[in-house]
Amino acid sequence: MTSISNIKKQTSKIKIILLVILFYIVLQLLMSAQIINPYWQQIICYAGVMTISALGLNLIYGFTGQFSLGHAAFFGIGAYTSAFIIKSANFSNPLLLIIGLIAGCILAGIIALLIGLPILRLRSDYLAIATLGFGIIVKVLFDNADAVFPVLGGSRGMVGIPQLTTFTWVLVIVILAVLILRNLINSAPGRALVSVREDEIASEAVGVNTTKYKTLGFVIGSMFAGIAGALYAHLYAFLHPQNFDFLKSIDVLLIVVLGGMASISGTLIAAVVWVLILEGLRVVLPEAVLDWRLVIYPLLLILIMIFKPTGIFGGKEFKFLHYGDKNE
Amino acid sequence: MAYLLQQIINGLQLGSVYALIALGYTLVYGIIRLINFAHGDVFMIGAYLGFYAILRFNLPFPVALIFAMLGCAVIGIVIEKLAYRPLRNAPRIACLITALGVSLFLENFTSLKFLFGPNYLAYPRPFAVVNYNIGSLTISNIQILVFVIAILLMILLQIFVTKTKTGMAMRAVAYDKSTAQLMGINIDYIITITFGVGSALAGAGGVLFGIAYPQIHPFMGIMPGLKAFVAAVLGGIGIIPGAMLGAGIMGMVEVLTSAYISSTMRDAIAFLVLLIVLLIKPAGLLGKSSIEKV
Repeated sequence: MTSISNIKKQTSKIKIILLVILFYIVLQLLMSAQIINPYWQQIICYAGVMTISALGLNLIYGFTGQFSLGHAAFFGIGAYTSAFIIKSANFSNPLLLIIGLIAGCILAGIIALLIGLPILRLRSDYLAIATLGFGIIVKVLFDNADAVFPVLGGSRGMVGIPQLTTFTWVLVIVILAVLILRNLINSAPGRALVSVREDEIASEAVGVNTTKYKTLGFVIGSMFAGIAGALYAHLYAFLHPQNFDFLKSIDVLLIVVLGGMASISGTLIAAVVWVLILEGLRVVLPEAVLDWRLVIYPLLLILIMIFKPTGIFGGKEFKFLHYGDKNE
Repeated sequence: MAYLLQQIINGLQLGSVYALIALGYTLVYGIIRLINFAHGDVFMIGAYLGFYAILRFNLPFPVALIFAMLGCAVIGIVIEKLAYRPLRNAPRIACLITALGVSLFLENFTSLKFLFGPNYLAYPRPFAVVNYNIGSLTISNIQILVFVIAILLMILLQIFVTKTKTGMAMRAVAYDKSTAQLMGINIDYIITITFGVGSALAGAGGVLFGIAYPQIHPFMGIMPGLKAFVAAVLGGIGIIPGAMLGAGIMGMVEVLTSAYISSTMRDAIAFLVLLIVLLIKPAGLLGKSSIEKV
């Protein structure tokens, strides 16, 4: 019996891998044949970037239960770090982007560790306010960064960043992010994260080092944001502090909440749909209707909170994201 | 020295506006433990209501102020009824996210062209600006007006909260909701009143802000709202004198940062104050720290 179910699992795994490869080949062909024009290519890549960042926030908020309103700051840290390194070194080979990605990811993680250790002692709304404050401070620092590093451009924005982000890069990182997150939350530390969310006092009572796991979730989630930011920097080749302000943190929060707390599948769907609707409708709809989009999102947020506070896919996953012998 | 004194006067002006907003945050937080992010946007709506009252309807300034306050009170009460009441027993973060949603909704909805529109508008001055020179200091009648109205409203609030029966009920609900209910206090009514009073103060703050810094737009509420919240936390959230003290300090800190360090850094310093307070004394300057019971 076990061997049959094992074989079944193996074949479904292969199926998923084949599907992903097929998806990649088809999109890549459509892009090189210019059926998907550069504008849409950029939007597709942006959807991937937002997915990575939102997965990070879902780890912090959905799985670990720590409410952060400073996610855009880590996104920005990753973006500026990578842009700074790649631009200074004047790399033009897309493969060398890996240096920027790793640097952005690690610096975001280090800063998350430094800021997380003190502020993660705070709970719920106080933590929200502290992370919000942190986000605003970081944005002001970006605004004034040109005083120290003129190349960062400060409030005038940073230009001339090599455009190295390709669809391949984005897809690879998205897949990596999904795999890392799936494996993490199904591991022993992952269960500790979820226990902190469910009841901090009770998990502490059974011997979970809550400070350690809260920080772990926060740091890894912020590293996701950092690497997403690095991809973003080399996608648009232009950075402005405005792109990393408080409202951008809320955008990511919106994706996580709409998609569903503690649901990788929900975040995947919500991020892609959100970007396609937000950006995609820009070319289709008349301007008068477009203004209404920004009215509808917050309304959606309120309605979701009132009627289904865990989000559309809250706690549910696609089959292929299940791990081990879960009886579903 | 004269320069410093001048900056302190400017700081007092800004601090009075922050105090009016911070009081609304503190009142609401005291009663339902909700950071009402939409409060900054009620402040913005207050500024616009005053703008229309003065410019379109040609109302005299005191009437415009009262109009803005009443309008904001109604908006605050409606927001509570529609958005927050269904979540009365939900987790605090769900309420917080809803408050963020309401805030974004108000900003983007009022930016629509048939409402306030997305552009910056110049605020009308209801009377000519007169500058009084005392020694080397300059004080304008606007600054005096802002300061006097803010103090007056705070005194009225203090009398309302400490001397009237409704005010007493408010304090009872803030202290212990279920016991207050057992004593026959209608909680929903008290919450409505709290939102009304808090929003009216924010509305007054909006009009005064508009007169003092004569430019308004639909997103103007975010920063003053957040800073007023920082002020409320600094003074000890839920404590009325704490909000005034915190707002005074925040106004000073901001103006002095602009004057002596750099005006671009003032937001960073304001939130640095917040982080320091949260880490060292989360209950605020006047707050008592409480022990969490399991």
